[in-house]
Amino acid sequence: MNEMVKMVVVLTVLSSVAGGVLAAVNKGTASQIEAQQLTFVKGPAIEAILAGSSINPIQNRVKISDGDVERSFFVGKFDGKTNTIAFEEFGKGFGGDIGVMIGVNLDSDQLVGAAVTVHTETPGLGAKAKDDPSLVSQFKGLSVKEPAKVTKDGGKITSISGATITSRAVCDAVAKAMASYQKMKPQLQQEIQKVGK
Amino acid sequence: MPKTLVQEFTKGLWQELPPFRLVLGLCPTLGVTTSMENGLGMGIATTFVLVGSNLLISMLRSMIPPKVRIACFIIIIAAFVTIVELLMQAYTYPLYLKLGVFIPLIVVNCIVLGRAEAFAYKNKVSLSMADGMGIGLGFTMALGALGAVRELLGHGSVTVWGDFSYNLSASFPSFQPFSFMVQAPGAFICLGLMLCLINAVGD
Repeated sequence: MNEMVKMVVVLTVLSSVAGGVLAAVNKGTASQIEAQQLTFVKGPAIEAILAGSSINPIQNRVKISDGDVERSFFVGKFDGKTNTIAFEEFGKGFGGDIGVMIGVNLDSDQLVGAAVTVHTETPGLGAKAKDDPSLVSQFKGLSVKEPAKVTKDGGKITSISGATITSRAVCDAVAKAMASYQKMKPQLQQEIQKVGK
Repeated sequence: MPKTLVQEFTKGLWQELPPFRLVLGLCPTLGVTTSMENGLGMGIATTFVLVGSNLLISMLRSMIPPKVRIACFIIIIAAFVTIVELLMQAYTYPLYLKLGVFIPLIVVNCIVLGRAEAFAYKNKVSLSMADGMGIGLGFTMALGALGAVRELLGHGSVTVWGDFSYNLSASFPSFQPFSFMVQAPGAFICLGLMLCLINAVGD
């Protein structure tokens, strides 16, 4: 009995201490990790979507809280008008979360582009979502009110053959992003005007 | 007879060189050694985990009940691996992307668990630290060497670290890189030849 108690106590204490240390390290490195991801992962995606912007979208980002989470919106300026934003949303893929960056024009409510940022999909199949632009390029020009779905589900997006789950996850991420965009548009318009000045 | 600190340290460099003499920890050995930089990075990450887990397990060895020792080792090792993962994400992001899933897999690396079970749980803190450093350094050297050979033959050049590199094609203009060496079968063949060489040299 005594040994039993000792085992439980040792394991519990060890797990709690490990959890505490990890939480501290996680907190300590969070801002540095965010900066690294901006440079190496989100950066290229944002540059691809907002190519030709006269201001740097990564430096001109605004943070708006949406319920419990705080979202970063990257602002682009085209032809003297600050009217395009890019932001990231996640979908559940085959191997884990897939991050999709989408760009929206606030004047026309149309998508200007989409790009996959992070994923853990199978190389050669689901990973094509990032490497091959044929899937994400279909989102360009789509209105935020249209459903983002693959053809099998009654939508317009042709999925990658052999990677339906991945394609659905990307569509799901885009659909979620569209929904939050519509909800947050009034706030967004106010915020990005500040950036434009 | 108790061994000295130096003996515990140096045994990891040759007598018990993990991938070549003990033939342990082959998953990362085969998986990440497509370039020398990847091999060294993986080795350093593993060394950090090894030294940290050996230190803690040796310190706590009188408190850990024998029946749940493996569970305790895994908690300690997993905590160190997660710390390494977060630190790599924060400071060496491109390397973290290249090593990918092999970093979390250090948790189940049999070298780390093996040293905890066979050494740190039975020995003093100072000896365990020396053991962890020796084995870790040996592992790093082995991965670096394997990565260097594969990168040199597969790409025709080898990047040691950062900008310092050596180009084989410049010394031998007729050399054609064979990309087979940086693919999975090349890893097995290269490892086999290395083992052959190491056994030929012997003790």
